[in-house]
Amino acid sequence: MSEANLPLGAHAPGILEASPFAIPSKKLVMWLFIISDAVTFAAILFAYGYIKNASPNWPEPFKFSPSILNVMLMTFILVSSSLTMLIATRAAKAADKAGALRWTFITVAGGILFALLHIREWFALIGEGVRLFQNPWGSPLFGATFFAITGLHLTHVIGGVIALTVVAFGYKRGRYKADDIEIWSLYWHFVDLVWMFVVPMVYLLNVAR
Amino acid sequence: MDRRAGGGETIMATSEVVHAHAGPQGFIRKYIFSLDHKVIGIQYFFLALTAVWVGMFLSLLMRIHLIWPQVNLPIVGHIQPETYLSLLTMHGTIMVFFVLTTAPQGGFGNYFLPIQIGAPDMAFPVLNMLSFWTTFVAFVVMLAAFFVTGGAPLHGWTGYPPLSAVQSTGPGEGLGADLWITSIAIFCAASLMGALNFITTTLDLRAKGMTLMRMPLTVWSWFITAILGLLAFGVLLSAGILLLMDRNLGTSFFVPVIVVNGQLMGHKGGSPLLWQHLFWFFGHPEVYIAILPGMGVTSQILSTFARKPIFGYRAMVYAMLGIGFLGFMVWGHHMFMSGMSPYSAFAFSLLTMAIGVPSAIKTFNWLGTLYKGRIRFYTPMLFAVGFVSLFVSGGLSGPFLAQPTLDIPLHDTYFVVGHFHLIMGVAAIFGIFAATYYWFPKMFGRMMNEGLGKAHFWLTFIGTYAIFMPMHYLGMAGHPRRYSQLTEVAYLHNLIPLQTFMTYAAFITIGAQFIFVINLFWSMLKGPKAADNPWDATTVEWTTATPPPHDNFGGQTPVIHNGPYEYGVPGAARDFVMQTDPAVGAAH
Repeated sequence: MSEANLPLGAHAPGILEASPFAIPSKKLVMWLFIISDAVTFAAILFAYGYIKNASPNWPEPFKFSPSILNVMLMTFILVSSSLTMLIATRAAKAADKAGALRWTFITVAGGILFALLHIREWFALIGEGVRLFQNPWGSPLFGATFFAITGLHLTHVIGGVIALTVVAFGYKRGRYKADDIEIWSLYWHFVDLVWMFVVPMVYLLNVAR
Repeated sequence: MDRRAGGGETIMATSEVVHAHAGPQGFIRKYIFSLDHKVIGIQYFFLALTAVWVGMFLSLLMRIHLIWPQVNLPIVGHIQPETYLSLLTMHGTIMVFFVLTTAPQGGFGNYFLPIQIGAPDMAFPVLNMLSFWTTFVAFVVMLAAFFVTGGAPLHGWTGYPPLSAVQSTGPGEGLGADLWITSIAIFCAASLMGALNFITTTLDLRAKGMTLMRMPLTVWSWFITAILGLLAFGVLLSAGILLLMDRNLGTSFFVPVIVVNGQLMGHKGGSPLLWQHLFWFFGHPEVYIAILPGMGVTSQILSTFARKPIFGYRAMVYAMLGIGFLGFMVWGHHMFMSGMSPYSAFAFSLLTMAIGVPSAIKTFNWLGTLYKGRIRFYTPMLFAVGFVSLFVSGGLSGPFLAQPTLDIPLHDTYFVVGHFHLIMGVAAIFGIFAATYYWFPKMFGRMMNEGLGKAHFWLTFIGTYAIFMPMHYLGMAGHPRRYSQLTEVAYLHNLIPLQTFMTYAAFITIGAQFIFVINLFWSMLKGPKAADNPWDATTVEWTTATPPPHDNFGGQTPVIHNGPYEYGVPGAARDFVMQTDPAVGAAH
């Protein structure tokens, strides 16, 4: 479409002033998106901290088994999927197309497993009576913040699963390059990183005593 | 094509990899779903122009209602107090989001940022098109709020809960408020897309020789504005989603225990102050998103029309970066009334007043640029000087309001209305006018009428001062803002003549805007043909054809040899050296 229509062949060295970051524009824009997305998460986590501190009856319902065990398993899967994504990126960079595809799809499988475990946990909590506007234990905002934060994260995981699948199939057919695999791996690592903030703040601070 | 200046000596690098293209054919691809940043810029410009007339019409209704509360207007009918609040909300929202955020950045930034850095287009043309059409959808959703049951929301452009968080708090707080929040959320997404594109384009698509410190200050201002947008709109997006959940999914992030019309609502446990924190963390940088491009274009125009290099180019860049940086640390000064700890208030107060330092650097550098200049008073220059005037007048009341002891009595009065209208509203609008008169020849290939332009300037300049200066006196006299019925409050009776004066001033000022629109459209069709560089300016957009071809430079890529404001260079053949001219002496 458009990109081809424009003399962006001007990317050739010597025509443009060097970018301060020695990375392609597509990768830069992913980094920028990650920054803006981090701000979005920061805002919702700030809101959670604000409300939790302002609520005298904040519930602490998470028992070691099954809640924390489940979260540890989910965390293990997500962190491992970052590792498999790293291997996929390396393979793509080394022009090992089969390896890149295999490891990307293993990552996708990890993402799907994470999402399924998460949804199962959601249903378990809903079964215990946790709603967006009430729960059996205390401040009604527990459910609201829990579902809002984990829901936003889950949306990102599902979005990542879809994006990685699309990019992997495109890469297979030659529409996308190794760089695109790497760019979407950045997003995947970011989703992983956000989870590292969600686990302590949303789960570990609310462990049953 | 007549190249009055610069064309002959312009040095271009021709490369084998770049070649001229025909633009897209067909009306829809060329003018509607265009990927050309110039078309998208013009689309943003006309979106903002439409929005500003809507916003101005709403303000006119408010001014009429304030002094003739019983009048029965055609179509609109008799304005109820709650209608007044709807007008106020929609006026603020439309002006802030769809005019002050849209025109300077989306409009002029889109059109001129790529050309000024010597790029053929934005880095991501499809994303650029998407961001415009997303903004357009947001505008349509916003306007739809007028036409649903209950009408437009009442909660002000700041959307404070619990008024904004509970459906039953007022007539506009049903579907109208949902549409309002949805529109804002869509707008956030559009602005984020735009910010990604602006930052990437500035960093990655500069022509050879266009180092960061050779970028025109306009480019710097759009770049910094985009960074502010990147960091601010995500917060508003989050807050908006939480507010929508409160309204429609039964959560109560922003609602403590609340009784509406004698009925205890199901919400409890939340905090309205949380919204204020989130909103103003976005809202204060938003003020700079509106004004920074105006600062950039003012610098550009003052230098061009004073025929002098901008005074302290680097200081101007660092001042804008400083303003942007400090802008994220001062949101609490909007919340002095909220009962925050005096220690917090002190910190916010100090940081707020610190913004006076970079602002003063900018002001004095503008004055330094004008000092002993050979000033050419064309219309763009008048508006740029007007910007400096309004920036000072509106800015000086900032340090007053930055002090909690003064802010608490003044906060809910017209003093604040006067302050932010002068600095954020009118000053930013003057930046937009200056940019319009300055770049119109390049955008539309014709000159605007100088006589009409000057008449427009003087009427608007005096008119806006006549509207907004008295607001400061009203505020000091204790006149509360957002009151719709002045006649019902005895102690305000003595102030009604001043309100009447302001309404008449508003009539005249709004009338003057017809001069602008007539000048705009008449010049577009019938104005004298513009030369490629009618203002003897130095930046890259004036080296290319008027209007620029599809890829901006006809298949060539400019090579930059000079800084952006080389006026009155000793030993040069003319009194200005364009950025693409051969390098001037080592002294520069």
